[in-house]
Amino acid sequence: MNLRTLILAGALSVSGTVSYANCAYKNDTPVSMLAAGFEAWKAVANAMAECGNFTAELDQEFRKKQPAAFAATPSLYQIGGVSNGTITPLLNEGTIRPLDDLVEKYGQHLSPNQLIRIDGKIMAIAMMVNTQNLQYRRDVLEDLDIPVPQTWEEVLAAAAKIREAGVVDYPLGATMKSGWNLALEFINLFYGYGGVFVDDNNMPTVNTDAGIKALETMKATTEFLDPEYLVSDSTYVQQQFQQGKIAMANLWASRAGASDDEAESQVVGLVNSTAAPRVLDGGAPATTIWWDGAVIARNITDEQAEAAFRLIVEGMDTGMVEANNDAAIWLIPGYVPNRLAQGAIETLQAQPPAVSYPSTSAMGLMHTATGNNVSRFLTGSADAETTLKAIESDYLISAKEAGLIPN
Amino acid sequence: MKFKTFAAFVGPSLVMMLLFIAFPLVSVFMQSFYVTQPIFEQVEVESCTPGFPNPICVTEIKSQPVLGADGKITTETRFSGLESYRNVLELGRVKAAISNGSWTQLMNVDFWKALRFTLSFTLLTLPLVLIVGLSIALAVNNAVRSLRGPVIFISLLPFIITPVIGGLSIRWLFIGDGILTAAMEWMSGANISMFAQAWTIELMMMFYRVWHVAPFAFVIFYAGLQTVNQDTLESAIIDGASRWERLRFVIVPHLMPLIVFIALIHLMDSYRVFDEIVAFSSQSHVISLQWLTYDFLTPDDAGNRAISRASATAMLTMVGIVLLLIYPLKRTWRDHKGSH
Repeated sequence: MNLRTLILAGALSVSGTVSYANCAYKNDTPVSMLAAGFEAWKAVANAMAECGNFTAELDQEFRKKQPAAFAATPSLYQIGGVSNGTITPLLNEGTIRPLDDLVEKYGQHLSPNQLIRIDGKIMAIAMMVNTQNLQYRRDVLEDLDIPVPQTWEEVLAAAAKIREAGVVDYPLGATMKSGWNLALEFINLFYGYGGVFVDDNNMPTVNTDAGIKALETMKATTEFLDPEYLVSDSTYVQQQFQQGKIAMANLWASRAGASDDEAESQVVGLVNSTAAPRVLDGGAPATTIWWDGAVIARNITDEQAEAAFRLIVEGMDTGMVEANNDAAIWLIPGYVPNRLAQGAIETLQAQPPAVSYPSTSAMGLMHTATGNNVSRFLTGSADAETTLKAIESDYLISAKEAGLIPN
Repeated sequence: MKFKTFAAFVGPSLVMMLLFIAFPLVSVFMQSFYVTQPIFEQVEVESCTPGFPNPICVTEIKSQPVLGADGKITTETRFSGLESYRNVLELGRVKAAISNGSWTQLMNVDFWKALRFTLSFTLLTLPLVLIVGLSIALAVNNAVRSLRGPVIFISLLPFIITPVIGGLSIRWLFIGDGILTAAMEWMSGANISMFAQAWTIELMMMFYRVWHVAPFAFVIFYAGLQTVNQDTLESAIIDGASRWERLRFVIVPHLMPLIVFIALIHLMDSYRVFDEIVAFSSQSHVISLQWLTYDFLTPDDAGNRAISRASATAMLTMVGIVLLLIYPLKRTWRDHKGSH
């Protein structure tokens, strides 16, 4: 478990307010939602609450509760907030319902990008995308006459120059906190080098050239990081930016806005963003694409599902986006990208496209195995090949136990 | 006491112990020999995700669980014998490490890495807790009467604080340029990163644990000191025993049963070290056995949990505690028999 979730675990609760001022209709069926607790969900939950009879539980620990809550009959929540990572257990257990008929009835105006289709059926309505992309101090790069880096090689060269100039404490920041975060850094680079984690039979294919290169690139960046990088999560890197301690980081797009927060940041207006760096010439940006969106439980009445869907449509409307434009990279019509969203959009438009984080059981196991092993390479207690072999053997053990691979 | 009265007093707690300790233990023990897994099928799935400007659709082969008629995942449970234990202990890798004579290679196997830390943590903090606890007790016992109340209150504070909160406060004192790290940097003139290497993290964890548990030892020892026979002490003084000799030959032997008691409790507690790992987020450098069980139990994004391996590590942790406790328990038993 990571600290961020521990701190945020105190469930934030938004209760339905009495005014229906900004809602087109009055909702009569009680509807509740379980979602993550970041800004974008708060905005959407508030907009839904305007219709009345709505309660939201916004909790960073949602991923541990959601599968069990949705498996109950009736489901404990009608609406669930998920991402492409956390939708997997709900899909696997069949606890969410296809939304095609509801989209036809109420969601004609939704953008095609919002309709998450799995096996031909619409299973979720997406509201935003998130991706890690390069954020950098415009002023530092300009002063040192460094062009905006587009590849990790250029990032490292730029970092060396910045270190030489000594303008910031550490040239780079990275979300390399052991576990989930660290694993994702490896996954980003591994995909960047064209790697594939498992084959069609769920057998691991990590111990390859791409794996070794990804590890070596990670190691090369650590030289420019705060030596305590193995405890630094997104919030820590965001604060390093805000306090002017670092000059560049491949950080979540959803965290970019914080550098312009006048109450906290000492670098307002100085941070720009660009596409996630590539590692191969003409390759995809070394990052993964994530979406966040809403799903509706299967184990509820059709009437409740209809009420829930209308609330989703109402909560994710243009009015909400206009009021909360900078809270996320919205997929909803009416969104105007600001300066800091530029990097995420460039990442999304890149050709060939970056990989969307796969929602499979195998990936979940692979993510854990990676998170537990990569740090050994970085701390020097294992070499690259041993690390990759250890990832594969850990993955094999858990995949066999999970039943993904025959014994 | 009549048997009926005895039974009436003991009965309720016996039932509770059976219900909340014995049965779960048996169930975990059983689970460690079985594996329950869903039945997967390979399906070709086309999925579409957002892209700019148009959605990106990919067709891939995915494994997904088969759903039964009741809408739930079909699972099968099979007897796996010692497989989960083998998966946890990874004896093959251990053998390879030993034949290579490589300590780092051995430490790359999770269980042994966790065991190494758990044991050294337990055995190193034990004497420290005893010594610090006894020192505070002696100091308070010798303090002016009017000072005793406040001193006792202050020295008990660390024990009252919720463990995770205490751990987090230590973390924030030292992480990055925390107050204490900054102070140490100022004094030494060097750039210090307490969270960048394993040994400093371990040091902080042990410091935290001693700080947290010593008050408990202190309270017990302080109570024990009140029962030291004053006549013996006085005669020792007349015989010309120094302060140290009085401590060594009168006070410590008198407190021996309490020392064994505290050692027992501390061995049990610190072998289950867990809070520190979470509070210091030290997983990259240091893990403990209890954390390993927790890690197996935590579902990943895809909802996978390794229940069987979690049960196996839980059982192994228990076996470890029992092994550690054999010596002090035998000693208590001997003393108990001797006193009759």
